Amino acid sequence: MKVLVTVKRVIDYNVKVRVKADKSGVDLNNVKMSMNPFCEIAVEEGIRLKEAGIATEVVAVSVGPKACQEQLRTALALGADRAIQVEAEQGLESLNVAKLLAKIVEIEAPSLVILGKQAIDTDNNQTGQMLAALTGMAQGTFASNIEINGEKALVTREVDGGLETLELAMPIIATTDLRLNEPRYASLPNIMKAKRKPLEVKTADELGVSIKEHTKIISVAPPTERKAGVKVADVAELVDKLRNEAKVI
Amino acid sequence: MSILVIAEHDNHTLKSATLNTVTAALAINSDVSVLVAGSNCQSVVDSAAKISGVTKVLVADNAVYGHHLAENMLPLIVELAAGKSHLLAAATTTGKNIMPGVAALLNVAQISEIVAVESADVFERPIYAGNAVAKVQSFDEIKVLTVRTTAFEEAELSGAASIEIVSTVHNSGKSLFISEAVVESERPELTAAKVIISGGRGMANGENFSLLESVADKLGAAVGASRAAVDAGFVSNDMQVGQTGKIVAPDLYIAVGISGAIQHLAGMKDSKVIVAINKDEEAPIFSIADYGLVADLFDVVPELADSL
Ligand SMILES: Cc1cc2nc3c(=O)[nH]c(=O)nc-3n(C[C@H](O)[C@H](O)[C@H](O)COP(=O)(O)OP(=O)(O)OC[C@H]3O[C@@H](n4cnc5c(N)ncnc54)[C@H](O)[C@@H]3O)c2cc1C
Ligand SMILES: Nc1ncnc2c1ncn2[C@@H]1O[C@H](COP(=O)(O)O)[C@@H](O)[C@H]1O
Repeated sequence: MKVLVTVKRVIDYNVKVRVKADKSGVDLNNVKMSMNPFCEIAVEEGIRLKEAGIATEVVAVSVGPKACQEQLRTALALGADRAIQVEAEQGLESLNVAKLLAKIVEIEAPSLVILGKQAIDTDNNQTGQMLAALTGMAQGTFASNIEINGEKALVTREVDGGLETLELAMPIIATTDLRLNEPRYASLPNIMKAKRKPLEVKTADELGVSIKEHTKIISVAPPTERKAGVKVADVAELVDKLRNEAKVI
Repeated sequence: MSILVIAEHDNHTLKSATLNTVTAALAINSDVSVLVAGSNCQSVVDSAAKISGVTKVLVADNAVYGHHLAENMLPLIVELAAGKSHLLAAATTTGKNIMPGVAALLNVAQISEIVAVESADVFERPIYAGNAVAKVQSFDEIKVLTVRTTAFEEAELSGAASIEIVSTVHNSGKSLFISEAVVESERPELTAAKVIISGGRGMANGENFSLLESVADKLGAAVGASRAAVDAGFVSNDMQVGQTGKIVAPDLYIAVGISGAIQHLAGMKDSKVIVAINKDEEAPIFSIADYGLVADLFDVVPELADSL
């Protein structure tokens, strides 16, 4: 069984985000970039399926400019067998990404595609669901457990009310939630080895996908800042403030 | 312009998230219909017909829609999208599961978690864990939007919409509902609660959440948690507040033993009044708290419960 995992290069989750003065976007100059945390979980799940003897090959895919090869190399160091970069400009809309991924799915014919549930830059939470719709594959989003039983998969999902388990007919699309697994770190020897693993570059033209602009970001502004309030000395003062000043209890 | 709102419900009760979503829809245009797709969901239909401002309720009542499986919901919504200018759903796990696929099948973008409507095609939405707000323009003929419910008031329930039955049945056969583990609670839902008390890693274990429960009992509050508390197994995932959990904006949010990572702040910083209880006076949570109490939670939380 082949597993495809997707990897997005995003601003590191620890970086303090700064909006550019001209409101054209967020300042990404000299900012640490990393693999989207939910994609780390996707890669980890693929590798665990291989270690368990369920998957035979794990292929990592990223859509973006050349820089995203860095995150693909990380995926290879973690244990993916090969990688595909689909060359595209930075900040492609989710629908365009999903269309490109759908072509890769058509070519690679994986039994399972694992994406992150959400990219922490756009906070879109769309690509996996769009890919499922475009490919006609069943979807198990926000997964906290994935169990493959031959032609069927049981996916447990983190939903607002708690957990939900679905049985899906393979091949399927899954998107990862935080509790699916705890990703490992790449070891130095594996980072060295990853440099020799195959990384193929494809273009939208080669895949026959025409990129269309559906939306435009007019401006990006900082959020309204909250001011720090006061420190209270004890519980009595806190209760007094909440009752008589804030009037919320 | 004609708008379709997808109702959020559990086949018995219409969720208040639908009311916030209708308010967002009415900010775009006054021609708003609501789709109730479910199984044996007449009580939901009755409630939906009362939402002020809604002209029509479309009802697709069939077993195949009972669990809102994406594979069955997508073709239904796509079929009903004909002639519509906007499709809206609440940015709940149900809305997030379904709407992007609808958009993809219609070959349009989805704009996620809008917090403001500027015009029929310009919307605001938070990005980067709420550290920036993007103003986005759509060029698509049909706009597919999910709505951050905390950013819109609930619509009132004094309307009388007409009802139309939708009889098409879509059953993909690709997905099957097996089971759910729904956490039953007498408390208000996190996303609709007026008061929330949340615990973090500082709670040390799950049993200690009973300290927060005692406060919640007094205030009629919901109980939430940080990711660290959920990951550590103290409490269940449905309690996680944050960038990748639930977004809340109650009148009062009390953070106990939570440091205030940006991913947590993303889920609660629009609360009206924030209280932080933390023994580390340097904890970042204090930089956004209206009232900060530097103390050991095990000393002050029981005292707080007693003094309410
Ligand atoms: C992709 C991604 C998504 C994420 N999504 C979310 C999310 O949705 N929600 C979320 O919350 N986090 C999220 N996180 C995690 C986030 O970065 C933090 O790790 C998490 O919020 C920390 O939780 P915490 O504050 O409970 O724990 P810590 O940061 O460990 O803080 C514990 C606090 O408790 C205090 N404390 C300890 N003992 C006591 C005591 N006895 N009395 C008083 N105070 C005490 C300490 O001083 C400390 O400040 C996400 C992270 C990533 C990478
Ligand atoms: N440019 C991209 N390249 C590879 N994967 C992506 C890309 N954009 C999104 N994804 C995948 O889709 C997931 C959800 O992203 P989004 O829908 O943008 O929030 C991410 O976690 C990735 O796994």
